[in-house]
Amino acid sequence: MNTARERILGRLRSHPSAVASSGHLRPNDLPVPPAPTFSAISGSLALDDAIASFRRGSETFHAEVIDTRAGDWRQTLAEICAAKNVRHLVLPPQSDLMPWPNGPELRKFEQPIENFKRELFDDTDAGLTIADGAIADTGTLFQIDPRTTPRTLSLVPPIHFCVLNVNRILPTLQSAVASEGWQVAMPSNLVFITGPSKTADIQQTLAYGAHGPKELVVLLTEGAA
Amino acid sequence: MTAAHNSPRRYSEKPSDVYLFGTCVLDLFDPEAGVSAVQLLEREGIRVHYPQDQTCCGQPAYTSGFPDEARAVAKAQLTLFPGTWPVIVPSGSCAGMMRHHWPRLFADDLTNLPRAESIASRTFELTEFLLNVLHVEWKPSAKQKPETVVLHTSCSARREMNTHVHARALLAKFGDVEVKQQEHEAECCGFGGSFSVKHPEISAAMASDKADALEATGATTLVSADAGCLLNLNGTLEKRGSALRGQHIATYFWNKVKEGA
Amino acid sequence: MNAPITFHENARRVVANPVLRASFRGAMDFLMAKRAAQFPDLDAFEALRTQGEAIRQYSLARLPDLLEQLEANLTRNGIQVHWAETPKEACQIIIDITRKAGGDLVVKGKSMVSEEVELNHALEAAGIGALESDMGEYIVQLAGEKPSHIIMPAIHKTKEEIARLFAEKVPGVAYTDSVDELIQIGRRVLREKFRDTKVGLSGVNVAIAETGTLCLVENEGNGRMCTTVPEVHIAITGIEKVVEKLEHLPPLMALLTRSATGQAITTYFNWISSPRREGELDGPKEVHLVLLDNGRSQMYTDERLRATLQCIRCGACMNHCPVYTRIGGHAYGTTYPGPIGKMVSPHMLGLDATKDLVTASSLCGACGEVCPVKIPIPDILMQLRRQSQGTAGGIQLPAAGSGRRPLQSMAFKLWAGLYARPLLYRIFGFFATRLRGLTPKWQGAWTNSRAPLRPAAQTLHERMRLSTTRD
Repeated sequence: MNTARERILGRLRSHPSAVASSGHLRPNDLPVPPAPTFSAISGSLALDDAIASFRRGSETFHAEVIDTRAGDWRQTLAEICAAKNVRHLVLPPQSDLMPWPNGPELRKFEQPIENFKRELFDDTDAGLTIADGAIADTGTLFQIDPRTTPRTLSLVPPIHFCVLNVNRILPTLQSAVASEGWQVAMPSNLVFITGPSKTADIQQTLAYGAHGPKELVVLLTEGAA
Repeated sequence: MTAAHNSPRRYSEKPSDVYLFGTCVLDLFDPEAGVSAVQLLEREGIRVHYPQDQTCCGQPAYTSGFPDEARAVAKAQLTLFPGTWPVIVPSGSCAGMMRHHWPRLFADDLTNLPRAESIASRTFELTEFLLNVLHVEWKPSAKQKPETVVLHTSCSARREMNTHVHARALLAKFGDVEVKQQEHEAECCGFGGSFSVKHPEISAAMASDKADALEATGATTLVSADAGCLLNLNGTLEKRGSALRGQHIATYFWNKVKEGA
Repeated sequence: MNAPITFHENARRVVANPVLRASFRGAMDFLMAKRAAQFPDLDAFEALRTQGEAIRQYSLARLPDLLEQLEANLTRNGIQVHWAETPKEACQIIIDITRKAGGDLVVKGKSMVSEEVELNHALEAAGIGALESDMGEYIVQLAGEKPSHIIMPAIHKTKEEIARLFAEKVPGVAYTDSVDELIQIGRRVLREKFRDTKVGLSGVNVAIAETGTLCLVENEGNGRMCTTVPEVHIAITGIEKVVEKLEHLPPLMALLTRSATGQAITTYFNWISSPRREGELDGPKEVHLVLLDNGRSQMYTDERLRATLQCIRCGACMNHCPVYTRIGGHAYGTTYPGPIGKMVSPHMLGLDATKDLVTASSLCGACGEVCPVKIPIPDILMQLRRQSQGTAGGIQLPAAGSGRRPLQSMAFKLWAGLYARPLLYRIFGFFATRLRGLTPKWQGAWTNSRAPLRPAAQTLHERMRLSTTRD
């Protein structure tokens, strides 16, 4: 412990009760009022509504959402890879995806990034991830476990494919915070992703693919991928 | 400074008597507006009392960082409005000062605080009072030609007293008035009391943009319920040789309704 | 950076530049419209910001305890916590970490606190490079400038200017004013740096005490790059950014992104709770948090100013400020421009250096009206004016009274002497109106851009006395 710490805390503690008498500030013992849900969504959602809301949100943020429940997401993935001319696709470590005829070269992210950086940064067209869940309200994907989904897989390749089990679409961020138990077991890095990377830093003109993926394609499935 | 829509105000019955707090700006620069306010109130059968010892609400010193001087001046007003009659103020920012800031100014002065709070609770900006307490019934005058008006909604009056809502509702009572909408209506005209002389270059830029926006509406008449803004806007319009001039909304209303009286 | 001392001069220069004026106006109009579209229902907005205010006040009321809880949980998670009272200390901590890691370059995500401590200068002085990776910050750094807005750093530049800048400064790049191509140029340059640099730096939007989590919002992905790819991640933030519970986060985030850029959420919302753990294949091996005071405990001291610390740095106050719209961010000469800058800078740079900032507001209230955590900004500015005049009473900040000018103080004394004496005041009114013909044509700064003020022929007092028997 250093002395800066003691001095800062000491200064903050030298006026602890100044709070209560002020017209603006909240006394110590007043609780935070219950959270209003700033969302059209309150309570739980029927599956179709959850999907529709997720799609609406996602598409607003320029993601492509494809419902593959009627068929096989692998088939759809193969078609999109062909259409987008993907030649090198990186997979999560536990993926059981097998190569297909005329498909891209598949590589698994199964060694530490230090050994894999050049390939990942310079020689990869797309990354595939499995979402741990999603938020219907804003069209947001989340990924909680860097062991099953390395962090850079959703970030470095120019195209990001993400498989989402529709039964894991939760209504709002608030409801996810309430139900997912992150307070007890917080992953080392929990990432929420809404659409592809973007910027409006040049004259307020929106451009995609600033530093992360230029495209985000969400493949909806039912049941585990 | 709480947004006025946070605390909807409950309005009492129409009183028999009111006080008029004329404000120092109208007193010296636009007494006609004060007289018009009185006439509008009397037209509704209200007796208007104008305490001759009134001067200023203290705002110039208050906002400049001189609370003692502001208190001294505000204190001189506190005994002038006894009883329960409403205090009508024909200028939004002054009304906001009395209604919202007087209780704070006297927070540590237990002798004067009750008076300050009493007056604060009875303070009405003129248009608010005409609309929500007196429920004035104004009709378009047959003699007058239809005209276009643009309303400058002074920002502190707007945010502290909701004046833009009241003034607009009153203007809407005349069928022959078309209210034009200027660009960036809610934006400040650049007055801000001592701001206009401490930062003249910024203030002038704001005033000039505001004058551009007002002129661009093509309206023939500019009205406002704030005396300070009118000084700034009219000074700016006159200097640039514009034909447009601002008129206090009380004067404008009185001219509209007196013939129909 | 210009000292705030030269504020008047800076402001004059910008208001006289129609290109800059138009560019700020356009940008602010854009941001205001985008924000407004996110809050169509004013009652819902009001409810949400009441919640936001409550969360920030609740957190501040417990600030020292929450900082200790945050430190304990971060430490448990493997994140190293450092405390800095001053910018100098903060920079030294970062220099030491970087040297220890053997780094010669720090690749930076957007962090206003790092601007506040002037980290780039300090790093360069220590022989370490600093590279901004947020597109706006990168542009500004390339131009040798400072950000002019806390959310959109390059808002003062047109795309043609940026095109010329890139063609001149980025090796092998030809002039293009296509925004897409410009962004791709930036992307190409910076990706190599993300890949090869040992130390990454970021700010923090909110820190969660109960879990020991650092939360960051961003759209570009450079924030994730800086916090994920280099071996060492250093985060720097002010001591006020902590909240107690995870459940406090969603309302603040809903307010932050909507108020800042008019988005319901940003592309990335990144919660960092530990360095790379056993079995993980990427992520930094070390994570550090630098907690900076730099005047914040002073804001905390005075209850009339404490609400300053509620700020979540969304920038809505500057987007809606008529003064900011006229002069832009650089004119302020401070890291934080606009209304938020006027509130925090006096504590960071002293009341004396910032005396012209606290007066540079018409108190129109636009900032307070949009503030997502209901900071009473005009009230705080008035309180700072009192501190500047030495009239605040109660707690006096260092250099209280340094803005006092004898002439102004005397003028207000005279004014009060006159306006608190009804008879004297009426006599003054009588003569002022009778002598209106003598009104000077030049009335100081007022008449630079306005016709002179001229009293009416009779005061209202007189007209009321003469017209009837009213009191």
